[in-house]
Amino acid sequence: MKDAFGTPQSLLVLGGTSEIGLATARRLIARRARTVWLAGRPSRALENAAAELRTLGADVHTVAFDALDPTAHEQVLGKIFAEGDIDMVLLAFGVLGDQANDEAEPLAAVRVAQTNYTGAVSASLVCAGALQAQGHGSIVVLSSVAGERARRANFIYGSSKAGLDAFAQGLGDALHGTGVHVMVVRPGFVRTKMTAGLAEAPLATTPEAVATAIEQGLRRRSETVWVPGALRFVMSALRHVPRPVFRRLPD
Amino acid sequence: MSADTRTAEAAEAAGAVEAAEFVSVTGWGRTAPTTARLLRPRTPGEVAAAVRGWGARGGIARGLGRAYGDAAQNAGGSVLDMTALGRIRTIDAEAGLVVCDAGVSLHRLMEVLLPLGWFVPVTPGTRYVTVGGAIGADIHGKNHHAHGSFSRHVRSLELLTADGEILHVVPGTDLFDATAGGMGLTGVILSATVRLHPVETSLMSVDTERATDLDDLMARLSATDHRYRYSVAWIDLLARGRALGRAVLTRAEHAPLDALPPRARRSRRTPLDFRPGQLPAAPGFVPEGLLGRTTVGLFNELWYRRAPRSRTGELQRISTYFHPLDGVPHWNRIYGRGGFVQYQFVVGYGHEEVLRRIVRRISRRGCPSFLAVLKRFGESDPGWLSFPMPGWTLALDIPAGLPGLAAFLDELDEEVASAGGRVCLAKDSRLRPELLAAMYPRLSEFRSLRAGLDPRGVFTSDLSRRLAL
Repeated sequence: MKDAFGTPQSLLVLGGTSEIGLATARRLIARRARTVWLAGRPSRALENAAAELRTLGADVHTVAFDALDPTAHEQVLGKIFAEGDIDMVLLAFGVLGDQANDEAEPLAAVRVAQTNYTGAVSASLVCAGALQAQGHGSIVVLSSVAGERARRANFIYGSSKAGLDAFAQGLGDALHGTGVHVMVVRPGFVRTKMTAGLAEAPLATTPEAVATAIEQGLRRRSETVWVPGALRFVMSALRHVPRPVFRRLPD
Repeated sequence: MSADTRTAEAAEAAGAVEAAEFVSVTGWGRTAPTTARLLRPRTPGEVAAAVRGWGARGGIARGLGRAYGDAAQNAGGSVLDMTALGRIRTIDAEAGLVVCDAGVSLHRLMEVLLPLGWFVPVTPGTRYVTVGGAIGADIHGKNHHAHGSFSRHVRSLELLTADGEILHVVPGTDLFDATAGGMGLTGVILSATVRLHPVETSLMSVDTERATDLDDLMARLSATDHRYRYSVAWIDLLARGRALGRAVLTRAEHAPLDALPPRARRSRRTPLDFRPGQLPAAPGFVPEGLLGRTTVGLFNELWYRRAPRSRTGELQRISTYFHPLDGVPHWNRIYGRGGFVQYQFVVGYGHEEVLRRIVRRISRRGCPSFLAVLKRFGESDPGWLSFPMPGWTLALDIPAGLPGLAAFLDELDEEVASAGGRVCLAKDSRLRPELLAAMYPRLSEFRSLRAGLDPRGVFTSDLSRRLAL
């Protein structure tokens, strides 16, 4: 169960090798989380991540989960919920893709969209149903500022996050009053292996900062969290910049 | 989740009876809402039917929802609103015994019993608790140092257990000791026989004095508590330096008839009248952070200054002395949407240094808490999970949104536990489960009795899930 501060005791991370996901898990283990499920494609990295979290004192399980195989989601995730209540589901999987390459190779672009959007739609609906039956729980969806307004430089990734973001907001409205809380997290540029080698955007942040913002958002039962918080205002201004100007802004 | 989610309260007001609706339920502190099917049985038969009919996620009985945390909520399962079982069955005005349904409130008992010259044996800071809740949480009041907790005055009770049987449970048995303070997890209490206290008037004779700091307060309480039936100290936790722990003590007895001035004795109001006043309810929306250091500090200053340095024999109404907050319906809303937590702990006599250290830490941190309360507990009660033990108990309300509060209270828990003390389960909403066994040494007996009595976990609450009770 979550406590009065919204801190979960059990946690399911979809995208079990995600740096933001693991930073969040570490932070929540330091508070109350004792059971952690790391879901991802079976790999040494996934097992290593689990081993590391175990050293912090949590009971950690790994489970094979593939965002690109939605037909299996019901079965894979159902098994986890059958083991006991999950207080919080963190949807942390996603790929950045390679914009230049993906524009030339439509199938690669489709994979980005399928992972980030279609896979998330299916996984979060399965989890939402299970949480609703529990009568409590949070779904925390990692969106991105890139989804707020698609930019020339990464509109394939951006559009997939835009779809995910809109979906998660709608899901939050649909679940309103059921005891299940949906929180959309919109980080800016996060320094991770996903962004390694890319030019850093202004207001760049870290996985740890995102984790802190998530913990705070849980306490406040927020519906939207920007990381860093200042991005809320930056993006609300950028949203209204005319297209011809927006197009010419530096990447 | 936002404020317009239907609450258990609203459903009650709308008269949602059999319609087993899923509604959002929280404790009095309004944190951690979960949804449950709210059922409102009107007879013991309907309670039994409800218990038989609820599914894998179990259920829990709920009274008037004054437990601060998650003791009377059950995510995804059932919650039995017991307030429709509100009959007072028999009153033995000679022997001072009442037999009543579990859903009867202490308020109702006072209305009926005071004119007959009887008072409830124990009352907490609110009259709006049910008899079932009073036993389930084994509530204590300002007379614990002299008379123990509520269940000490219970002659017998009827308990509906997981297998659908109704048991007659009497003190001195394991089942009684597991049920008193058992947070509703042994079954549904249907009715109880409670021993009452005789009174000549419905007024209290109150002695008030001020203590200049914590040591002064503790000395005064230690030296003179035994002379009063009721004793409590309001303590200013925002005061610092030399004034750290300054307090206002209010100790009282039930006023005897001859203490009333002749004019009052001649008036049309009889000495046993019980007419608590009521102010308008707290508004539905209160901005977050209204109760900060400044506002609460100001309030505390005024509260301390306004109390007489020393006054004896002041006549106060029962509601004024025991239940000042009951005069403001929904006062829990003043903390805003984020709600609040109540932190109440006890540390045994001999551990005064721990109490001092905790008070210092709370003061240094500037927790905006008004109406923090310190009192002395007497003998431990028989309930296995009953909170009181001989020692000092401090209770304070803190807005849940205070930054860093979660970690801060965890640290206080460590101090309390290492001194052999404990926190109160009826008020808890955030204890680390690992500390529970240290705080409640009879926890394993409770767990094994429950495992035998209710192996499928028919009785389950958010509290029992959170702390693995």
